[in-house]
Amino acid sequence: MPITEVVFYTFSLLLVASAVAVITVRNPVNSALFLVLAFFTSAAIWMLLEVEFLAIILVLVYVGAVMVLFLFVIMMLDINLAPLKEGFISYLPAGIAVAAVMAFELLVVLWSKGRFDEGAFPVPPPNPAGYSNTKALGELLFTEYLLAFEVAGVILLVAIVAAIALTLRQRTGAKRQNPSMQVRVQRDERIRLVEMDSEPRQGS
Amino acid sequence: MLTLAHFLSLGAILFCLSVAGIFLNRKNVIIILMCIELMLLAVNMNFVAFSRFLGNMDGQVFVFFILTVAAAEAAIGLAILVVLFRNRGTINVSELDDLKG
Repeated sequence: MPITEVVFYTFSLLLVASAVAVITVRNPVNSALFLVLAFFTSAAIWMLLEVEFLAIILVLVYVGAVMVLFLFVIMMLDINLAPLKEGFISYLPAGIAVAAVMAFELLVVLWSKGRFDEGAFPVPPPNPAGYSNTKALGELLFTEYLLAFEVAGVILLVAIVAAIALTLRQRTGAKRQNPSMQVRVQRDERIRLVEMDSEPRQGS
Repeated sequence: MLTLAHFLSLGAILFCLSVAGIFLNRKNVIIILMCIELMLLAVNMNFVAFSRFLGNMDGQVFVFFILTVAAAEAAIGLAILVVLFRNRGTINVSELDDLKG
């Protein structure tokens, strides 16, 4: 068995096992950590497919940003876990049945009549030394898909604004400055002129 | 020999597992969001495999954009979740029935 197959089956097993763990463990924190493991192993499998840039992006963006965000939210919210798990057993047969039927159908389509085997899709030779996946992807992204790339930037901006606008809150009872009121203040509101007679000198 | 079918099967199994996850954890919004992320990963696996076996880079560009949109979706989804928890004190899906749907 060549080394690539050993790597593929090892990481596939790890990936499927961690996906099972994500959907079955009790604690959402553990679930998020297993999802991190799933992303890592699929990054390794993408490396096997010679998609190096996206594999690194998967680790950096997903594990480094999105899953950390998930962990922050899970740990910040004080969630009562007991009511969230009820019904797990009662939904179990339906869930397993649907998933098994779906998997069966997909696998039958994939493996029947040799639609996706070596005859139909011959295994491509490995890329030559010096080939840069990042460079090829970048050239495509900044020429043919430039508009889509810019739109993706706008989507990320909208996501930032929306996330901040949703979670921003004004605390009631907190004392804070109002700069516009400070600027608009009039002389009369600050100074009071008092008319009074001069007093005689004290002592002597 | 690793053929395209191997990678597509892995993606299919992953997708079915995440569908099962949505069925099993239908009370917990956080796990449902995580299952959606897992689904997107399964779809990306298909894109990457086809991109490699067809020798066409366009699939990888699609994966790039899916990752972008998924990151935005996760950020907004979690923001909504935080607001929801702040207002209701729970993230139990079965208690979110204000619209009587």
